[in-house]
Amino acid sequence: MRLPIYLDYSATTPVDPRVAEKMIPYLTEFFGNAASRSHAFGWKAEAAVEEARAHVAALIGADPKEIVWTSGATEGNNLALKGAANFYKTKGRHIVTQKTEHKAVLDTVRELERQGFEATYLDVEPNGIVSLEKLKAAIRPDTILVSIMMVNNEIGVIQPVWEIAELCKKKGIIFHCDAVQGGGRVEIDMTKFKADLLTITAHKMYGPKGIGALYVRRKPRVRIEAQIHGGGHERGFRSGTLATHQIVGFGEAARLARAEMATENERVRALRDRLWKSIEDMEEVYVNGDLERRIPHNLNVSFNFVEGESLIMAVKDIAVSSGSACTSASLEPSYVLRALGRNDELAHSSIRITLGRFTTEEEVDYAAQLIRRKVEKLRELSPLWEMYKDGIDLNSVQWAAH
Amino acid sequence: MAYSDKVIDHYENPRNVGAFEKGDESIGTGMVGAPACGDVMKLQIKVGADGRIEDARFKTYGCGSAIASSSLVTEWVKGKSLDEALTIKNTHIAQELALPPVKIHCSILAEDAIKAAVDDYRAKKPVTAKH
Repeated sequence: MRLPIYLDYSATTPVDPRVAEKMIPYLTEFFGNAASRSHAFGWKAEAAVEEARAHVAALIGADPKEIVWTSGATEGNNLALKGAANFYKTKGRHIVTQKTEHKAVLDTVRELERQGFEATYLDVEPNGIVSLEKLKAAIRPDTILVSIMMVNNEIGVIQPVWEIAELCKKKGIIFHCDAVQGGGRVEIDMTKFKADLLTITAHKMYGPKGIGALYVRRKPRVRIEAQIHGGGHERGFRSGTLATHQIVGFGEAARLARAEMATENERVRALRDRLWKSIEDMEEVYVNGDLERRIPHNLNVSFNFVEGESLIMAVKDIAVSSGSACTSASLEPSYVLRALGRNDELAHSSIRITLGRFTTEEEVDYAAQLIRRKVEKLRELSPLWEMYKDGIDLNSVQWAAH
Repeated sequence: MAYSDKVIDHYENPRNVGAFEKGDESIGTGMVGAPACGDVMKLQIKVGADGRIEDARFKTYGCGSAIASSSLVTEWVKGKSLDEALTIKNTHIAQELALPPVKIHCSILAEDAIKAAVDDYRAKKPVTAKH
């Protein structure tokens, strides 16, 4: 077993060696520009791009013509939100999203607000799931766009996006779904899922970084305004020479994901459950977000009375991420955990462990034992733990905030 | 983020962790910070008959720099009179541990903890014994 152990698959995944192997010839041998129509180099690249497009489309049950290549999820979300808002702005100016979206959605909606749109940011329930009723109530006659993610990046909960899509379709509102954490992990079939726009990216499914895709529905046709202008590539939706090797990698990653998702999810679920079982008997341990309506890859836990950054430092043999943003200049804990209504202590005490294709049972067992040992050690150091053990209610203490 | 070797040393081998027995008159206890901010430090000093700090203990909830700052302070206050202990400044702590700017608040908290512990001791013993 090699240390440190990578348990941060929601941040990014390694490129599958089978994917890397497919990509290499497109860097050196088949380097042509897919837009070159006058020679075999271009034709070869174009054929590879279209084959990859078919694989990505197949993964989500879409028509290949509905796939637009982007540089990744941030661009995909920007193109979807700015593109749809600007195209439909004569119909209305109101956008609905939720507080636990990724920054690529939240900051884009904020920018649209600066441009004159109005936005509603929905609260989520304590389990991290958005309420359909509250969403319905937030919709106004001038609502043109709803954006709700499929899977939350921090806590892994699966939102009721299928129901939301039906609702939006009935009301004639464009529905965008950021499915970055769901792509390759959750079964997506656009013939049944009524979303109009859907963002996915390669590097969360064992493909390379720097390539993503935006699904744009054709039936009924959804219109968006291009954000990047140039040679009219991607039918005008997104200009720029196509990165053939990246696209080939994404295509192969999508093909493998489609073939292996079901068995891989079962294997990963067993590992995640094993990890949780080996720490759940500890005192004052809380899972953040619904444990059932959740991708099998994610475990986000708070160890009360232990501060997240010191825990991350203590478990440096495993690569995990903290819900606490103390590593930056701000002392704010995770906005996602705060949106669940977690108090500051619990929000400060969380770690996100995400498993994936190359995680082994041995690694999970090692991680569990390491976490147990270090949490115990840090609690010995913690005045809050001592007070808790003495039966003092921490909420009754007058803290001198600094 | 990269921690200095001294922070890592104090974090991995914290000095003087723990708490003194409750109800001892010769103990001063200072608790500073707030869970909401992600740092709480508890520093205890045990003052001898000669007015010097004989021993110290700490417990800290916080990041590695906060733990290291309080661990360091327990070493520094030992053997000092109360007035001498109060001359320990956050800048000394930050310099000794090579804290980056975002972690300066940890050293400020450690300085505050010394003040709070001394104040607590003095509040318990309002009359200073003359020799």
